[in-house]
Amino acid sequence: MSATLDTVETILAAGEDNYKYGFVTDIDVDELPPGLNEDTVRFISATKAEPAWLLEWRLKAFRRWQGMTAPDWAKLKIAPIDYQASTYYSAPKAASGPKSLDEIDPELLKTYEKLGIPLGERAALAGIAVDAVFDSVSVATTFKDTLAAQGIIFCSFGDAVREHPELVQKYLGSVVPPGDNFFSALNSAVFSDGSFAYIPPGIRCPMELSTYFRINAAKSGQFERTLLIADKGAYVSYLEGCTAPQRDENQLHAAVVELVAQEDAEIKYSTVQNWYPGDAEGKGGIYNFVTKRGACRGANAKIAWTQVETGSAITWKYPSCILEGENSVGEFYSVAITNHMQQADTGTKMIHIGRNTRSTIISKGISAGRGQNTYRGAVKILPGAENARNYTQCDSLLIGKTCGAHAIPYIDSRNPSARVEHEATASKVSDEQMFYCQQRGLTQEDALSLIVNGFCKEVLKELPMEFAVEAQKLLAVSLEGSVG
Amino acid sequence: MTNLLEIHDLHARIVGGRDILKGINLTIKAGEVHAIMGPNGAGKSTLSSVLAGKPGYEVTLGHVLYQGHELASLGPDERARQGIFLAFQYPVEISGVNNMYFLRAALNAVRKQRGEAELDAAQFLKAVKAKLSLLDISEDLLKRAVNVGFSGGEKKRNEIFQMAMLEPALAILDETDSGLDIDALRAVANGVNRLRDPGRAIVMITHYQRLLDYIEPDFVHVLSDGKIVASGDKTLAMDLEERGYAHLASAA
Ligand SMILES: Nc1ncnc2c1ncn2[C@@H]1O[C@H](COP(=O)(O)OP(=O)(O)O)[C@@H](O)[C@H]1O
Ligand SMILES: [Mg+2]
Repeated sequence: MSATLDTVETILAAGEDNYKYGFVTDIDVDELPPGLNEDTVRFISATKAEPAWLLEWRLKAFRRWQGMTAPDWAKLKIAPIDYQASTYYSAPKAASGPKSLDEIDPELLKTYEKLGIPLGERAALAGIAVDAVFDSVSVATTFKDTLAAQGIIFCSFGDAVREHPELVQKYLGSVVPPGDNFFSALNSAVFSDGSFAYIPPGIRCPMELSTYFRINAAKSGQFERTLLIADKGAYVSYLEGCTAPQRDENQLHAAVVELVAQEDAEIKYSTVQNWYPGDAEGKGGIYNFVTKRGACRGANAKIAWTQVETGSAITWKYPSCILEGENSVGEFYSVAITNHMQQADTGTKMIHIGRNTRSTIISKGISAGRGQNTYRGAVKILPGAENARNYTQCDSLLIGKTCGAHAIPYIDSRNPSARVEHEATASKVSDEQMFYCQQRGLTQEDALSLIVNGFCKEVLKELPMEFAVEAQKLLAVSLEGSVG
Repeated sequence: MTNLLEIHDLHARIVGGRDILKGINLTIKAGEVHAIMGPNGAGKSTLSSVLAGKPGYEVTLGHVLYQGHELASLGPDERARQGIFLAFQYPVEISGVNNMYFLRAALNAVRKQRGEAELDAAQFLKAVKAKLSLLDISEDLLKRAVNVGFSGGEKKRNEIFQMAMLEPALAILDETDSGLDIDALRAVANGVNRLRDPGRAIVMITHYQRLLDYIEPDFVHVLSDGKIVASGDKTLAMDLEERGYAHLASAA
């Protein structure tokens, strides 16, 4: 990132100066006052000039949500959340109407540049197509034309609703129904934007698609929606990154991601989640309640989730796979770090429906400070899933004596031919390991980073190269202050 | 020639415990090879840990000068970067960390300290190839995770290989010979002999005389109950072989 950028952003000195994404962008916004009722939903839908069916869909979800209560089964201590205190729509002023890169507010471009996200010429150099979501709206989608030449649709969710309503209507909510859980219902009611991608049959997407989520406004929640469809024999690798300014109050993030892989299609979905984690005393930080699910609808389809979760005060997230098609494959690779007062309850659900379906779960939980880290996984084998296979490996690493690691695996097998294997380990970064590294010349920080990266290796190697490098650095930053 | 290491009346213990080292005096010059022998529990590993700055140990009396500076003021990683190398009695496993990657990180840390440019992957590989031929080490070891699944002999060879790459001013080899069969012992000893250098001091800790058949020391010291009870040349080691430690220990 260029250090010469002339920015107007203020770095908030909120006590934690190692969160380098904690700045605020000073920009004019259209914003709803805090509060949530049917009018909020109508306003959002109207602002986006949505078709009637979508407004109805939202309202149905909203009414559903009103009758639901927040889940309490996760191993998380959460202060009661006042859903009326959040702002449900905040958008940079210039972002309304049709936009090209030239029309984007230069402040926004600077923000993304500062975050290391290439939106302009640098995108071309990096060879990654990016959809950037700033608070409630998508502000830029790069490479749209290049991709369109192959029939690939990659745009903001709002554009997709306008330009490809039949696709959206067909798939929206088909993997995560609005009433699936409290947070998916909330998202379905108030989601403001997000990313959409469709890869036509037989097409191998020639570049990584990427969404970059940024929460900027104070008190604003972010409720984005991602819908990704790989048609028969298509392939796509999708990257998702997230940051937010440092603020003293907690901010809500409740996203929904739906993936559909048809016959012989493959989707790789990688996330580096680095929302502001709060300060060392647990003040502020993002509440991250995310529902991510993929459906392998056809034979030989494959969906792989890879996540590196270093941020957020609270992470509640279970990227899952529904393995319907025979021989379909689901994979989940996860690194979750909790330092200071962070809490994570994360894992996956693999639902085996088709014959010969296979799933792999590799989870690496790292706890430091007073962090609490729970792996929660479910493997479900339905009666028709002849010869289904699951392999689960769940490792925890503890740094220091005041943190906690927990593993809660559920296995429910209803087909005797299925084979489910589960391995779990818990270890500590030993003094001997630290001394060995230091005796070879590495500083304490470098030693810890090396050991932790080694621990996460099986997951990190699943990430695309540029992302893996970023993730390694993040792991080191996240653990600052955890030894010595 | 100035002294590389001066140990003056060193008393040390594990934090909160009783003194294990009870007044060690030893002076080492560059280019010398010293053997420190002694029965199990004498304090040999404790001495090497204290010299390397292992956390959990404390010096209760006396002091150590390394290259003319007080060693106590340096953390373990600083000592390493300034040329103190400890070949561990029990090398530590670090899973998921490639041996080459580890070694490059270590070498670059040391090079940086010396004001030398860091090596990129290609330059590092070249340096590795050069040292591999010096020591009888299979390239396969370098591709595996640090010490994970290594046999006892492989671990010890790997330690010496690291030493060859890091080119320390002071190398302390803690029981590098223990647990080795005769072929492995020969290979390790050959490696060490090739690393003898006028600019480098080597301290070999062992409780068997057999290592000294392969690496000829300039000086031999006997450590017993936290003190050096005898010093001499290599004939002292032969003497020990015949008569054991007991008479020396009681003489102290
Ligand atoms: N971690 C430890 N905790 C308590 N005592 C120890 C520890 N390590 C070594 N000792 C004691 O210190 C003394 C010296 O041990 P050590 O230096 O390992 O001897 P050597 O290497 O000569 O066999 C022994 O009495 C041993 O029992
Ligand atoms: Mg010993």
